[in-house]
Amino acid sequence: MNEGLGKSAALHVGLIVVLAAIQFVLPEYHQGNLARIMVLAGYAAGYNILFGYTGLLSLGHALFFAAGMYGMGLSIRLLDAAPAPALLAGLAAGAVVSLVIGVLALRTAGVAFMIVTLMFAQAGYLTILLMGAYTRGDEGFVISQAQRVMWGIDLSDPVNRYYAALILFAACLLVTLRLLRTRFGRALIAIRENEERARMLGYDVFRLKLGAVVISGTMSAASGAAYGLLFGYAGAGFASVQYSIFPLLWVLLGGAGTALGPFVGTLFMFYLIDLSSGLTTAYMLVAGVVLVLVTLFAPQGLAGELRRRAWRWLP
Amino acid sequence: MSLLRTRGLTRRFDGLTAVEDVDFDLPEGQVRALIGPNGAGKTTFVSMLCGRIWPTCGTVEFAGRDVSALPAHKRIALGMAYTFQITSVFPRLTVAENVGLAARRVRLEGEGARLAQALKRVGLGAHHKALAGDLSYGHQRLLEIAMGLAQEPRLLILDEPTQGLTDAEIDAFKALVRALKAATTILLIEHNMSVVMEVADRVTVLDFGKVLAEGPPAAIRADRAVQAAYLGAPA
Ligand SMILES: Nc1ncnc2c1ncn2[C@@H]1O[C@H](COP(=O)(O)OP(=O)(O)O)[C@@H](O)[C@H]1O
Ligand SMILES: [Mg+2]
Repeated sequence: MNEGLGKSAALHVGLIVVLAAIQFVLPEYHQGNLARIMVLAGYAAGYNILFGYTGLLSLGHALFFAAGMYGMGLSIRLLDAAPAPALLAGLAAGAVVSLVIGVLALRTAGVAFMIVTLMFAQAGYLTILLMGAYTRGDEGFVISQAQRVMWGIDLSDPVNRYYAALILFAACLLVTLRLLRTRFGRALIAIRENEERARMLGYDVFRLKLGAVVISGTMSAASGAAYGLLFGYAGAGFASVQYSIFPLLWVLLGGAGTALGPFVGTLFMFYLIDLSSGLTTAYMLVAGVVLVLVTLFAPQGLAGELRRRAWRWLP
Repeated sequence: MSLLRTRGLTRRFDGLTAVEDVDFDLPEGQVRALIGPNGAGKTTFVSMLCGRIWPTCGTVEFAGRDVSALPAHKRIALGMAYTFQITSVFPRLTVAENVGLAARRVRLEGEGARLAQALKRVGLGAHHKALAGDLSYGHQRLLEIAMGLAQEPRLLILDEPTQGLTDAEIDAFKALVRALKAATTILLIEHNMSVVMEVADRVTVLDFGKVLAEGPPAAIRADRAVQAAYLGAPA
């Protein structure tokens, strides 16, 4: 187990170092893409805590992503907050929303849980549209370059933005890896594997799942807040069903229940769409076929397959 | 003093009364066997003790405290442990992780000795790195018992633990129960009469959800009503 720990540390630290270094050689277009991918991978990592490690399939995570984005964005837009407190407001909004949704939705399980989370997220989406006076609805609002200077660092600058995205992603990865070493994290896996057994071993299953929803929701909100701040825009589209499905796809593709999976899946899917849309207008078809192939030949996702075939120690 | 006490414990499923008005007292330190034909309500009865299912009515007291309204995790925190009749382990986790989860401790490395002890006691010491799902049926039964032991409970409830074990494993199980006796009160649902006769201090017989008889093993074996319940012959 210790030997696995060393390898895991080397792999994940290695990834962060590579991402930090690669910035120097990447063309600006890909640098921007990778910044976006890293923030979205943070979102996927949050989703993975609940789906991959606890075994709860939510179809409403866009609500948490949007809670972060609007918690941050509206603090700036309406209260003229500085970026740092605005980010904190986004985190707090995510924590509160996920706590409330968790308490309500965790009374259900399985398909009912999927439907309840979907309904709550739709309610959130409609709320954003209805509160157009503050949120500007579908159209959204821009956060200007002047409002995005944090501690003297201009986050609209591509290099600064890249490193800010990397810090967020590294934090999400670290929280995931750390969580897996705790009793709490092990208990989440026990719930995923056999909930009734976990309950009869004395675990307070409801409280543990609620904890997972809050950590997952807050991590998703952190990514939503960062996304809005780094790319200077908040819009209702980020609260739509599509943004609840995305993290599910990314995590499934990359490998649910692997720390690396969310990043791998986000990267893969982003470039799959990017490259195929350059080739043909039927790019969704190409993307769809590739997704089906991956599902057929790597049903546990890319990193999951890697764990199954070669690296059994992969957390 | 009784470690465990039930009064009027009853559970109905739709029209069927699986357990009916059971008053049950289990003194601390005793090994009690619970026997009865299939469908007598044994699993339902013990499931109500540990909070796996709620009773229709009646009370459960544990260590002098009314635990009837407590959820399973709180009863288990008070020192009950329950092992499943239908093996229920974490199949995709290793044997060591299974027992570690039962012990509710994280640092498996640090607690290694403790966990190894629980595994060794049931004879699974050599298998700690195997995936639980890859174990044979008998070994999964033993793992189930080890998960009970790892909790170091005051009351250990075992639901047909020897089902599917080899003769040698059953002998080892008998020795294990005798060794545990000093520290743990045991409630054992058991079909194997040699196990009941050799390890139980007292036996309770359940039939159609009711207590049919209770007494020392030899007296129970001689009881004609019990024979009738088992053999289907008139008393
Ligand atoms: N969840 C349930 N729903 C309906 N009937 C049940 C349920 N659990 C048990 N029973 C019924 O209750 C009776 C007692 O079952 P059980 O406690 O499993 O008996 P035993 O363990 O003595 O074999 C049986 O008739 C069984 O079919
Ligand atoms: Mg039974």
